[in-house]
Amino acid sequence: MNIVVCVKYVPDATADRRFESDNTVDRVGVDGLLSELDEYAVEQALQLKEKRADEEITVTALTIGPEKAVDAVRKALQMGADSAVHVQDDAIAGSDAVATSLVLAKAIEKIGQPDVVMCGMASTDAGMSVVPAMLAERLGLPQVTMAAVVETQGNQVRIKRDGDTATEVVGGTMPLVISVTDQSGEARYPSFKGIMAAKKKPLETYTLADLGVDAGQVGLSVAWSAVEDTAARPPRTAGEIVKDEDGSGATALVEFLASKKFI
Amino acid sequence: MSEVLVLVDHVDGAIRKPTLELLAIAKRLGSPSAVFIGGADKAAAAAETLKGYGADKIYTVDDTEVKGYLVAPKAEVLQQVAAQASPAAILIPSSAEGKEIAGRLAIKLGSGLITDAVDVAEGGVTTQSVFAGNFTVTAKVTQGTPIITVKPNAAAPEEGAGAGAVEAFAATISDAAKGAQIVASQPRQATGRPELTEAAIVVSGGRGTGGDFTAVEALADSLGAAVGASRAAVDSGWKPHTFQVGQTGKVVSPQLYVANGISGAIQHRAGMQTSKTIVAVNKDEEAPMFELVDFGVVGDLHTVLPAATAEIEKRKG
Repeated sequence: MNIVVCVKYVPDATADRRFESDNTVDRVGVDGLLSELDEYAVEQALQLKEKRADEEITVTALTIGPEKAVDAVRKALQMGADSAVHVQDDAIAGSDAVATSLVLAKAIEKIGQPDVVMCGMASTDAGMSVVPAMLAERLGLPQVTMAAVVETQGNQVRIKRDGDTATEVVGGTMPLVISVTDQSGEARYPSFKGIMAAKKKPLETYTLADLGVDAGQVGLSVAWSAVEDTAARPPRTAGEIVKDEDGSGATALVEFLASKKFI
Repeated sequence: MSEVLVLVDHVDGAIRKPTLELLAIAKRLGSPSAVFIGGADKAAAAAETLKGYGADKIYTVDDTEVKGYLVAPKAEVLQQVAAQASPAAILIPSSAEGKEIAGRLAIKLGSGLITDAVDVAEGGVTTQSVFAGNFTVTAKVTQGTPIITVKPNAAAPEEGAGAGAVEAFAATISDAAKGAQIVASQPRQATGRPELTEAAIVVSGGRGTGGDFTAVEALADSLGAAVGASRAAVDSGWKPHTFQVGQTGKVVSPQLYVANGISGAIQHRAGMQTSKTIVAVNKDEEAPMFELVDFGVVGDLHTVLPAATAEIEKRKG
């Protein structure tokens, strides 16, 4: 069985994230790392492999991004993935989700027929949550998304998820795309052994040419949506903060809510 | 005037508020056309409501071949309606499902996609709040039919009848779209409170509650609000995950957000920072949440909230 885990290298959310002058995310000047939400996808891929220990299962971590993005798949290898692919090409910079899903789909096809494509629920930078669905559409596969629990039996997959209005069990047949939430289970830390072993694992770098993708199909200039402007939030005009003394806090709070017509 | 398609979000025919908000936004871009995918017996009542909030046209699509499956059939329906209507834009509620429908549809139509808009202006210029609310981005779709998913509370629903022409639309669902089957579905138990993502007021509790949400819930009820929780409260098992406000829980954007005993970790802020008015009650005056507030009370929520609730009830008479 082939499992491909899509992971993203994102600017650290605790760092000072910002935009470049062309309104793309600064992915070089801000420290990056494997998106926390994708660690859950790596974890679920590894658990799937471990639960079916009597089968031949390969977990391949896949990422797209600048040179430093290789750190994302390295972390996945340290956690226990078997091999990794890093798609790196200057032409990709500034791609939107549409182009990203194209490059991912082509890379997945080159890696080989996947049984499961595993994704996180969202990136921690753009956070659109649309790439798994786009990928499924491009690969012509079903998607079972936002899984809090993933179970498999043979080529059958069952997931459980919490929707806005209902808790659902969704089933599908491999090959398919799965996305998992942070409820699916704490991601493991790489062990020292894992970190050492990762150095010997295969890690391939592809360019767009390797994938047969024309550079004119990706990148900022052909993106199907364009950012017109980005503006840092003006420092919030300092709100009024009162100390509660003998019930004064509650009175002040109610006064404020009434002044804003919430009561 | 070109049609603007609005995908109707509903629970068994009962139309959810974000859809009415989308109709108000659609009026800015063209002539609102609602796409109702649901039970044939619910269509007439739904169409009446949609007309009442400005729909000039209502496409009703029988959901017999749609309802048992995830996302893909709805994307096919929208693709087929779009092929007939050549709309100026397609608006979809920014729920988890809505965004996935939008993602598939974008690939099908060869159209650009913008998600999580907090506003859409004439000409289709969207406003988004990104990086946990630290940046505001304006953007526009430049290719194909703009597909825009819009967050709840981005506009106020506008009553006022549209032309309301109803067209029964026969969609064809491919077998390939039926690959993800809903095996079981358990509707969320009614709490008697508004649904978290669409509520106008949200009152949340965090670690500072110590696990006792009584005061938080009482304040919520006095304000007619939904109840939320921080990740810390959910991880402690005090509230189910369905209450979680934050990047990996519900992303809310109410008129008023009241954070009680919530420190304000970036994870939580990403889920509520676009709220119009933010209020916090916390014992710790250093809590990062106070950086965001319009009004804050440094004090113990277990004494401040009950007193505030009593005062609100008194004023309501």
